[in-house]
Amino acid sequence: MGFGGRAGVRSSAVKDSTDRGAGIVASVAGEGDLNQARQIWRAPSPRLRVLRRYEVATTALLALILAIGVSVAVGATLAAVVAALCVIVLGSIADVVAGRRVRAWGYAEREEDLIVRRGVMFRRMSVIPYGRMQYVELTAGPFERAFGLATVQMHTAAAASDARIPGLPAVEAARLRDQLTSLGEAHAMGL
Amino acid sequence: MSEPVGRPPAGAPSVGPSAPPSAPDPHAIAGLGGEWQRLHPLSPLVRTGRGLIPIVLVLLIPTSGGRHGSLAGSLVPLAILVVVFVLGVISWLVTRWRVEGGVLRVDSGLIRRTSERFPLSQIQAIDTVRPGLARVFGVTELRIRVASGGGKAGRLAYLSNGEAETLRARLLALSRGAAEATPATRADEPQQILVRVAPGRLFASILLSGGGLVVELAIVTLLVLAVLAPGVAAAAISVGALGLLALAFSLFRRFNGDYRLTVADTAEGLRLRSGLVETSAETIPRGRIQAVRMVEPLAWRPFGWCRLEVDVASQKSKGRQDRNQSKSARALLPVGSREQAACLLARVLPGLPEQRLAPPARARWKSPLRFRHLSWGANERYAVTTSGRLQRVTDWVPLAKVQSVRLLEGPIQRSLALSSMHLDTAGRRVHAVLRDRDRGEGARLLEELPERCRRARQREAERESERAASPVQARAADAAGLPPARPAES
Repeated sequence: MGFGGRAGVRSSAVKDSTDRGAGIVASVAGEGDLNQARQIWRAPSPRLRVLRRYEVATTALLALILAIGVSVAVGATLAAVVAALCVIVLGSIADVVAGRRVRAWGYAEREEDLIVRRGVMFRRMSVIPYGRMQYVELTAGPFERAFGLATVQMHTAAAASDARIPGLPAVEAARLRDQLTSLGEAHAMGL
Repeated sequence: MSEPVGRPPAGAPSVGPSAPPSAPDPHAIAGLGGEWQRLHPLSPLVRTGRGLIPIVLVLLIPTSGGRHGSLAGSLVPLAILVVVFVLGVISWLVTRWRVEGGVLRVDSGLIRRTSERFPLSQIQAIDTVRPGLARVFGVTELRIRVASGGGKAGRLAYLSNGEAETLRARLLALSRGAAEATPATRADEPQQILVRVAPGRLFASILLSGGGLVVELAIVTLLVLAVLAPGVAAAAISVGALGLLALAFSLFRRFNGDYRLTVADTAEGLRLRSGLVETSAETIPRGRIQAVRMVEPLAWRPFGWCRLEVDVASQKSKGRQDRNQSKSARALLPVGSREQAACLLARVLPGLPEQRLAPPARARWKSPLRFRHLSWGANERYAVTTSGRLQRVTDWVPLAKVQSVRLLEGPIQRSLALSSMHLDTAGRRVHAVLRDRDRGEGARLLEELPERCRRARQREAERESERAASPVQARAADAAGLPPARPAES
């Protein structure tokens, strides 16, 4: 059960709403799983959940305005009501999915490597040795910045490597970047 | 444009008119002394030649058609031709190269000057490429591959054949740390030919490949249509001719590229020579191989043929370098028997794992077509996975080259308690996928494989430092067929 620790992080991410943000919890040991190593799983900031909710709400609102506008222009009030209901239902589903996806994100810094897990339908867990790191990228888009969040991505020589952690509080993101950089230098090895 | 044609005897290692007249010894290369050198004066002609051929054809077609069309109509392509050629000459005039202080410098560009520097100590390999037109004029392009610089290759296009061969040998010798004063050695060092691909077999294999079968089917269909309903056939040709031509051309390119391919074992690594119209000679340095793939297409199975591809590290690059980079997953053996493949594999990756584990039986529900091909195995140095729906694909990855390990679990896999494991390497095309393993096994592997990769890396590093310490021993190991790691480079 490679993804067994999810439940533990979920509860912590919900209750931990301090500004440092990253929900920290020593996860429960599953049966024969990575969590037995008792690494500390960290999760993105709870504010990422809020950001995602705003994103969904904005999209839904735009769709709503469009749908109602078209319906009224045509002159069908019933269609407007149906469209509005549809948008609201779809929006709520999208919000729930977005919430689950945020909760699925997690990362753990181990002695030799970084583990990142994500995904609800397609679950992924990546193990990237620090020594394989080529560079670390820290990005923060306008919306992320408004929420004081940033995305950290660790790049290796393999294009397929998948080590992106979104929605980290700016302080934690900077710490992780520096940590990864120094660890990468310490373990550096060629191709 | 006919003026420079045929001035140097084709094929002969002639010294171009721009080279200093005092060069009686073909092995002495002026550029190595530190002074600036131009490329071969025929370079602009050869470089623009590919673009010129269609223009020349356009020029010729109306006249050969008998109708001497309007003069203005033929003036436009003529003007383009002149402009292209003048631009080529200018580019040749402003391009210079020299070797100085252990660095190869290539300056080019008139308006936007670029100056490329290739430290000789970082040269990975030098490939020589001779397009058809270049062969006619006896010139060669050198491609210099460097470890750093994001996989960017330096190009010297073109040098005369003799000059290119000597320069290649000299640069490689310099890159291995030979003193600049030592005499140049020829490129033909003692080498052992491992495999030769017969043209007949290559031709047959391409006819039996996926693209080949499509082309054959289309041609047969067209012939049948032409007999039964000529009108429909004409319509079909007008619709699908371009796509069919493109496909046929790509097949020809494959034939052209792999024609008479020979693989030889040299001190630098595996040396591949091939080509019908455009000939190329490239080197795959030892210890640089990220992954090897063996493909056994369904149509080849009656003959027991397979194809071997090697993947070497390459960065994603943009722009004009792409054409060179696309060769990163090179067919080491475009078609060959299993024995030939096994012989090459033993050279490239000695000590491959023998045992393979099949996935749990319930994986049949997730991958019904793939199931009979799925398996994986590993020893302390390599991992092997097999997959493929109709064709059988086997991937070998040295554990020391694994960049990251990923566990994936899709919704169907979850309902069957399965998961897939990816071993990512720096290669572009090949990476090993342990598809549809038991979930418990997957979790255990995710815990275990990074550790195994780490140990493999340490062993490889130890081996390399041993080699660097005692090159004599390394040569002995070479002879024993062990994989000699290249001396540790910066």
